[in-house]
Amino acid sequence: MKVSNANWAEKLAGKMPEHLAREIDIFETELTLRKQGKVDERVIAETRLRRGVYGQRYDNGQRHNGKAVQSVAYPSGSLTKGPNTMWDAPGMQRIKIPAGGLDAGQLETLADLAEEYSDGIAHVTTRQDFQLHYVHIEDTPSLMRRLAAAQITTREACGNSVRNVTACPYAGVCPDQAFDVTPYSKAMSKFLLGHPDCQNFGRKFKPSFSGCSQHACGLASMHDLGLIGVTRIEDGKEKRGFETYVGGGLGAVPYQAKLFDAFVPPEEILPLAQSIARVFAARGEKKNRSRARIKFLIQDLGIEKFRELVLEERKTLPHDPRWTEFVAEAETFEETPLRPAGKAPLLGTEAFQRWVKTNTRAQRQEGYVVVTITLPLGDITANQLRSLADIARRFTNETIRATVEQNIVLRWISQADLTEMHKALDAVGLADPGAGTIVDVVTCPGTDTCKLGISSSRGLSAELRKRLGEKSFQLDESVQGLHIKVSGCFNSCGQHHVADMGFYGVSRKMSGYAVPHFQVVLGGEWEQNGQSYGLPVIAVPSKNIPEVVSRLTGRYAASRRQGESFKDFIKRTGKVELKRMLEDLARPPADPSDRTYFSDWGDPREYGLLDMGVGECAGEVISPVEFDLMAAERELFEAQVAWEGGQVEQAGVTAYQSMLRAAKALVKIETQSVSDDPGQIVREFRARFYDTQKFFDPFAGGKFAQYLFTAQEKSSEPATQDSARYLIDEAQLFIDAAHSCYNRIATPVSA
Amino acid sequence: MGNPVMQQQTELQHVNVKLILQNHADADLEPLIPVFHQWIQDQPPGELLLDIADYQHVPAGPGVVLIGHEGDYSVDNTDNRLGVRYNRKAPLDGSNEDRLKQAARAALTACRRLEEEPRLGGKLRFGGQEIEIFINDRLLAPNSDATREAADSEFRAFARKLFRGTDYSVTYESDPRKLFKVFLKSAQPFSVAALLESLG
Ligand code: HEM
Ligand code: SF4
Repeated sequence: MKVSNANWAEKLAGKMPEHLAREIDIFETELTLRKQGKVDERVIAETRLRRGVYGQRYDNGQRHNGKAVQSVAYPSGSLTKGPNTMWDAPGMQRIKIPAGGLDAGQLETLADLAEEYSDGIAHVTTRQDFQLHYVHIEDTPSLMRRLAAAQITTREACGNSVRNVTACPYAGVCPDQAFDVTPYSKAMSKFLLGHPDCQNFGRKFKPSFSGCSQHACGLASMHDLGLIGVTRIEDGKEKRGFETYVGGGLGAVPYQAKLFDAFVPPEEILPLAQSIARVFAARGEKKNRSRARIKFLIQDLGIEKFRELVLEERKTLPHDPRWTEFVAEAETFEETPLRPAGKAPLLGTEAFQRWVKTNTRAQRQEGYVVVTITLPLGDITANQLRSLADIARRFTNETIRATVEQNIVLRWISQADLTEMHKALDAVGLADPGAGTIVDVVTCPGTDTCKLGISSSRGLSAELRKRLGEKSFQLDESVQGLHIKVSGCFNSCGQHHVADMGFYGVSRKMSGYAVPHFQVVLGGEWEQNGQSYGLPVIAVPSKNIPEVVSRLTGRYAASRRQGESFKDFIKRTGKVELKRMLEDLARPPADPSDRTYFSDWGDPREYGLLDMGVGECAGEVISPVEFDLMAAERELFEAQVAWEGGQVEQAGVTAYQSMLRAAKALVKIETQSVSDDPGQIVREFRARFYDTQKFFDPFAGGKFAQYLFTAQEKSSEPATQDSARYLIDEAQLFIDAAHSCYNRIATPVSA
Repeated sequence: MGNPVMQQQTELQHVNVKLILQNHADADLEPLIPVFHQWIQDQPPGELLLDIADYQHVPAGPGVVLIGHEGDYSVDNTDNRLGVRYNRKAPLDGSNEDRLKQAARAALTACRRLEEEPRLGGKLRFGGQEIEIFINDRLLAPNSDATREAADSEFRAFARKLFRGTDYSVTYESDPRKLFKVFLKSAQPFSVAALLESLG
C-alpha cells in the first residue's frame, strides 16, 4: 500500500545483512507470483507464516457488524493470501526477538514501523516477541527490510517451525541463576534459524532457556524443549550444563515436559536440538494437526524410546563446527553497565516508593537493579518506544529485554539513578507500578484480532486492570502478588494454565442467546518454571469475571493459613466448594431485559460466534517439494526480470537453473541423495521420471522433459536475446508440468 | 535531468490530518466505540471501514481507532493532544494539494459527524484553531530541513486557503526521528463547517 515500497530495497542496500536482504527479495517475488496466480494459496499461506505474516480476524471477508454478517468488499476482489484469507485484509506481523533482547536503535525501528504500517502500537507477546496489527501484506517486505537493517528477522516467527527461542529476562543479573544462559539461547536461535532439519515439521517447536529451576522466568516445563542452566563439579572444576526437558506445551490440553537428560554440556546442546528436530520431522504426526506437537510423539513413544531414537540420530549427525564455536565466548560473556554502581536512599514520593517496591529488583551485581516497565496489555506507543530508547541510552548500555509477562525490563540501572529514571519514565507514561502483581494481567490478542477468539481477553484484562489498579495498594499483601492470565479460547496463548487465576474464553447459551463466558482455571503455578497447571472449575459470563476475582481474592485474604500459597488454598478449599462459591455468577441475569451479558467487554456488538475463522496456529503442512517448486517459479521470475533488463545471458542461466531446481524437487521425492550437479540431477530425473513416464503429460507426453534435456545440452552456449526468451517459456512449461506431476503423485486416484 | 525545482518537490502521500479538540483533558472515549461500530454498519460511499482498535488503556496513545482500508479514523491522544485524526493509507493520484485536501476533508467530515453525534453529547468538539498535518512515510518525507524547505510553500498555500487569508502560524516537529509534521494554528477560531467550505 505504501508508495515508498518500491524504494526501501535500494535505500537500505548495504545496511541489511546480505542473506536477509536476499530472503526478503525472494519473499517479495513470491507475493508477486501469488498475485499472478502462479503460486497456490496454501503454499503462500505457509510461506508468509514462516515469515511471521499472520492472518487476522475478519480476513475471510466477513464480519458481524452487530446487526448482521456483512461481507467485506476488499478492492483486490477474490485474490487470497491463503485458503479463505483475503489478500487485502489487514494482518498481523510477528517479529522475533531472541531472548527478548533489544537495543535502543531497535526500539526506534519498531516505533517507526508501528506508526507507518500499523496503528501506532507495538505489542509485546507472551513469548518475548513483538507484534504489529492491521498490516497490509504488500507492506511486509518493506517492513522486513527495515527490521533487517536493524538486525532483526521475522523468519520462522509463525508456521510449523522453530519459534522464538525465549530466555529468562534476568539472565546474567539474577542472584539465583547458575550462570547466564543468554549466549546459549542466542546460539541456539541462530543455529536453528532456517536449519534444513527444521523445515519439515508437522507443527511448531518452541525452545526456552532458564537460569534456575525455582523461578518461573523461562517456563521450561511448558516448552517443547526447555533448558535450565545447572553446574556440577567435574575434576574439581565447575562445569556448566543444562537440565534438559522435552515435550511440554500448553494448548487445549497442557503437557508437562519430561526430563530428557539431567546434564547436557554446552557443546552438546545444539547437536541435541538438531537430533530432536530430525526425529520430530521424521516421526511427528503430519496429518492430524491436533496431535502434531512433539508432546504427542513423546507420549506415544514413551520418553525412553524417544530418548533412544534421538541419541541414535545424534550418532549419525555429520559434525558441524557451529556446535561448539560459541562455547568459549559464552563462558566469558557479560553485559556491562554504563553508569557506576550506586547506593541511594530510596526516598521520594509515595508513587516512587510503590514503583520501587514492585518494579525494581536487585541484581546479583551490587549497586544495580533491573527496572520493569509495566506495559498495559503488552502495548506501547511509538513515541514511548522512542523515549524508552533515550532512557536506555541515558542510563544503560542499551541492555533491554522483553518479557513473557508482556513487559520490558531495563537491566544495569545504578541504584543511584533510580529517582531520575523514575522521573524520566513517568514523563512518558511508563512508570506504572505493579509489575508482576495481580494488576499486571497477561493476555492473548483474543477476539480483538485473533480468528479463533471466543471471548474478549483483552477487553476483560483491561477491565480487570482498571478495577484492580484503583485499589491495588489497599489489597492484602498476599493478594497483591497473585498472577492473572487470560486467553480468548482454549488454545492458551495467554498461558492461563500457569497463573493463580487463569481464564479462557468459552461460549454458552443463556435464555436462548450466545453469551461470552470465561472458564475459570484455578491453582496453576507461575513459580517453579510453571510446574503445575490449573484446573477448570466453572464457566462464568465475561461480565461477571471481575466479581469472580473479587470473591476469590477476598476469601483467600480472609481465610488464608499462615504462609499458605494461593495454589494450596485452592487445593484445600476443593473444587466443590469453589464451584458453590461462584455458582450464582454463572446463572442467567434475573432481569431478562438486562442485555449487558450479551455483549463482551469493550465490544458493544451483540455477541455471537459468527466471526470465528480458521486459525493459522498450525500453518499448512507443505511438502518440501512444493516449496522447491515455488523456488523454481521464483527463479524463473528473476530470469524474466533479467531478460527485460537486457541481461540476456544471465536470464538464460537463471531460466536453466529454475528447470534444474524443479527437476531436483521431483527427484527428491524418491531419493534425498542428489547434489546440485546439473549432470546428476538430469540423469536422476531421466531415469526416475522420464524413462518411467511418470512425468508424462496426458496430452503432450514427454515433450516438456525434452526442454530440460535440450537446455542441458546447450547450457555451455551463452544465450541470445531470442534463445533466452524461448528458454524462459520452456522453463515455465517444464515447471508447470512438474507441478502436475507432483499433484498426480501426491493424490493417488482412489479405486 | 529535468527541472531542478521539480526534483526538489516532495511527493506528499499518506497524508494525516489531526484536528485538535477543545476541553480534551476530561474526554471519555468509551462512548465513541458504539458510534464507530455504527459507521462500519453504514459503510460510507467510496471507502471500506473494517474494524475498531481500542487503546484507551495506553497513555498519550492512539485512543480509539476505526480501521479502514483506504484510511483510518481515530480520536487520537498522541503527545497528550486529543484530536480527530485521519490517516490516509492507500496512495492517491493527483497533486500534493489534492492529497492535502482529501485528508483534510476526511478529517473534517469525520469531526463534523462526531460533533453532531447525540451519543457523544457534544463533548468532542474541534477547538477551532489547531491542525496538525503529517506525512506517514519516512522515505517519502523524512523529517529533515530538506523536506521542510521543499514542502513549506505548499503547506503555507494550503493554510492560506483553509484559513481564508487570516493570520496563522506554521511550526514544524523538531525531533528528526518523528514523522514530518507541521503544526498550523490560526489566529482566529473556525468552525468545522467553515473549514470545509474553505476547501471548496
Ligand atoms: C489452534 C491454534 C493455536 C494454538 C494451539 C495456539 C497455542 C499457543 C500457545 C500454547 C501459546 C503460548 C504459550 C507458549 O507456548 O509459550 C501461543 C502463543 C501465542 N499465540 Fe497462539 N495458538 C494458536 C493460534 C493463534 C492465533 C490464531 C493467534 C492470533 C493471531 C495466536 C496468537 C498468539 C500469540 C500472540 C502468542 C504469544 C506469542 C509468541 O509466540 O510470541 N495464536 N499460542
Ligand atoms: S488463546 Fe485463542 S483467542 Fe487467544 S490468541 Fe490464542 S487462539 Fe487466539
